[in-house]
Amino acid sequence: MNYEPVIGLEVHVELNTKSKMFCRCSADYFGKEPNTHTCPVCLGLPGALPYINKAAIEACMKIGLALNCSINEVSRFERKNYFYPDLAKGYQISQYRWPLCINGYLILDNGQKIRINRVHQEEDTGKLTHRDSETLIDFNRSGVPLVEIVTEPDFRDVQSVRDYAKKLQQLFRYLGVSNADMERGDMRLEANVSVRLVGQEELPNYRVELKNINSFRFMAVAIEYEIKRQIGAIKAGEKLSQETRGWNADKKCTYLQRSKEEANDYRYFPEPDLPEMKVDRLQATVDSIKAKMPELPWEKKERFQKEFKLSISQTAILTESKELADFFEDTVKHGQGHDVNGVQVANHIINKKINIKEVLPTQVIEELRGKKVGIIEDERELEKLAKQAMEENQKSVEDYKSGKVVALQAIIGGVMKLSSGKADTSKLKSILERLLTYA
Amino acid sequence: MSDITKLTLIETIEALEKKEFSEEELNKAYFERITKLNPKLNAYLEIEKNSCGIPAAIKDVISTKGIKTTAGSKILSNYIPQYNATVIDKLSEQNISIIGKTNCDEFAMGGSGENSAYGPTKNPWDLNKITGGSSSGSAAAVAADLCVFSLGSDTGGSIRQPASLCGVVGLKPTYGRVSRYGLFHMASSFDSIGPITKSVEDAALVLDWISGADGHDSNCFLKASPRRAARGRLAKIGVPKEYFAEGLDPKVKIVIEQAIKKLEELGAEIIEISLPHSQYALAAYYIIVPSEVSSNMGRFDGIRFGSERGDFGPEVQRRIMLGTYALSAGYYDEYYVKAAKVRTLIKQDFEKAFTECDVIVGPVSPTTAWNLGEKIDDPLKMYLSDICTISANLAGIPGLSVPCGFSDGLPVGLQILGKQWDEETILDVGEAYEQATDWKKEKPKI
Ligand SMILES: [Zn+2]
Repeated sequence: MNYEPVIGLEVHVELNTKSKMFCRCSADYFGKEPNTHTCPVCLGLPGALPYINKAAIEACMKIGLALNCSINEVSRFERKNYFYPDLAKGYQISQYRWPLCINGYLILDNGQKIRINRVHQEEDTGKLTHRDSETLIDFNRSGVPLVEIVTEPDFRDVQSVRDYAKKLQQLFRYLGVSNADMERGDMRLEANVSVRLVGQEELPNYRVELKNINSFRFMAVAIEYEIKRQIGAIKAGEKLSQETRGWNADKKCTYLQRSKEEANDYRYFPEPDLPEMKVDRLQATVDSIKAKMPELPWEKKERFQKEFKLSISQTAILTESKELADFFEDTVKHGQGHDVNGVQVANHIINKKINIKEVLPTQVIEELRGKKVGIIEDERELEKLAKQAMEENQKSVEDYKSGKVVALQAIIGGVMKLSSGKADTSKLKSILERLLTYA
Repeated sequence: MSDITKLTLIETIEALEKKEFSEEELNKAYFERITKLNPKLNAYLEIEKNSCGIPAAIKDVISTKGIKTTAGSKILSNYIPQYNATVIDKLSEQNISIIGKTNCDEFAMGGSGENSAYGPTKNPWDLNKITGGSSSGSAAAVAADLCVFSLGSDTGGSIRQPASLCGVVGLKPTYGRVSRYGLFHMASSFDSIGPITKSVEDAALVLDWISGADGHDSNCFLKASPRRAARGRLAKIGVPKEYFAEGLDPKVKIVIEQAIKKLEELGAEIIEISLPHSQYALAAYYIIVPSEVSSNMGRFDGIRFGSERGDFGPEVQRRIMLGTYALSAGYYDEYYVKAAKVRTLIKQDFEKAFTECDVIVGPVSPTTAWNLGEKIDDPLKMYLSDICTISANLAGIPGLSVPCGFSDGLPVGLQILGKQWDEETILDVGEAYEQATDWKKEKPKI
């Protein structure tokens, strides 16, 4: 008998809003002195009240609308009650019965449509640090806005889960709502995994929640491990049940964190400190978000293919980040009238692994044209230009010597100016490095 | 001047303007009176010595920066807030100083003042009687002239009922009229801060001072609007038959009926109305309130505020348990959701009633102040004493308690309920009644 996995994904993403979800404290907590970004609200002091940060709600709706969700007729904040020392109020303000955005979908590279159950708004908790026998609490993160995106259990293989998660990460960055950095915990993944017989229509009557996964790679191996474990257990005649498991990266296995019996009863109920949100009152905001919605990564991909006749793999690389895609388009624009087309630009950027932070679109075009007309490759000529540029950029020379390697770019830029962009960059770079070392 | 402390807020302001006495003399007079009488009454938990400003007393569930705020609880016996409630900041803009923090039922849970971890407040009219609660100290302090006015909070009658039992004016504003920022959460969707004063006019003035949006309480979104001059026209007054049912002390009933008669003499039209869902109010209230309480008390987890949760008094523990139960999986729909539906019906009762009349009058409390200890072991009996006040909190409408006479030497208050956001009309009616009677001149002999 063959089994197939049934997987759903919950993704938490921390928004990069200026202030926290319900107070005016700065939400930029990473690496800051503990407990310096706090106030009565995010410390949960008696009498303090939450006050909604509209920028966060807008970011949440932005994500929801980009994922084809509709804005719920009536949505509200609710309280998720549980005890944990990093939870200042004894409850987290979240959404449960009345999420902000509902019923969306995302189409994967393989064409599969993943249904999105909800995109809702909540707040982050504080952070515990264990040191020897002590536990320290930092409330800087307490109340930072989080958005949770929950799929239906639509995944049947690990590759799709990975593709979906990567697509979300890309989306968050395109929308500018989060840095979506996994290592910093901007983006967190939870997978619900169960298995069933191939051909079975109904969902399994249990599911295993995989938590604390902090990279795409770990997520893939954890899910794969879990699928094998569950199939093995079923074949051995075990009855699987609802539980929460974590991933042990050292032992490369999942382990039981909490069984069904130990599950929390969160006693959700409407947050009485906050009014409900009605879609008709949000309509103006929804319209303006829709009007200002940037081109989404998958839309850009499709357009690049059509407009520039690029291959699927080329567009995939070029649209990976919005910055690279913009660089590409800028370069193509500059190439117009110079007999340089999109495919040439794409090939050049991809093959030469152009670093868009160091090179200007015009330079790319010059390089491309240089293939046809006189690029300066003569070392003596380059050295002359380099010396002249160093003289004119004394400050950058000093900076470089004091360890600021990036200052090199300014000098390269100087040479480019002097040579009308015709200097061979790689040769120039090694000449400059030599001159600067011995200068 | 020997009678400084008898003056109302408005009289005090006028006297200060006329330089009849200085702010220092004013503060000294009150401080001396507190020093003398507070040991008998236990109205204050914390006393501040000031030399300027107009001295007001603040219920100890309102956050005051740098002044110990215990909420009448052992849990917060050493808690000194790092911030002021919005109402405190607003009062200080009006040259009001805090003369002390007043005793109350623990976290405002109770109807007699006996649930304070720091002992009950005694009624200035009879030291063997309770003051009512939960704003026990705030009502007693005004009644005994230990402050010019005070602030209380009202979740199910906690301003109006002690005001009634102590013979002073108490106003519970519309939910959302006054920012709750800094009011220790009891039941978030019910709690209202309001004044307890020596006259209706004073209550109107304090309400003007403390109301209006502050950017902290999302449910308080209206800008403050100063009160217009009284219209001098008496409203159409509805008398709900449900508020005169069984349980209402016959002697109290007579006092209330006389007050209604007085209003009629003054030109009001009196009609009988019905609030048919009143009988379910208590049940709905004691499901939703404990539900919110159970969540709001979660922050006192024994880690950051020091004390163990076992330090909560029995009433707080009872509500935490009731609320936790009502919100639990499998019970939520049967309890919380059903109670919320009843709440909507009660709101609709009032909406319908207010199409027939401008204000609703009746008793505040079915009895006068009872003996200390009389109901403390019978929570249900205690809850029943809130029967006439809780509906206003379920519906979020404003209510006023105005002294309207005595029964066996103990004060009785007349309750005047109004439409949402319409404090104006209840204050008009209350003021007309107050001016036509002499009750406010009566002072307890202590
Ligand atoms: Zn804060």
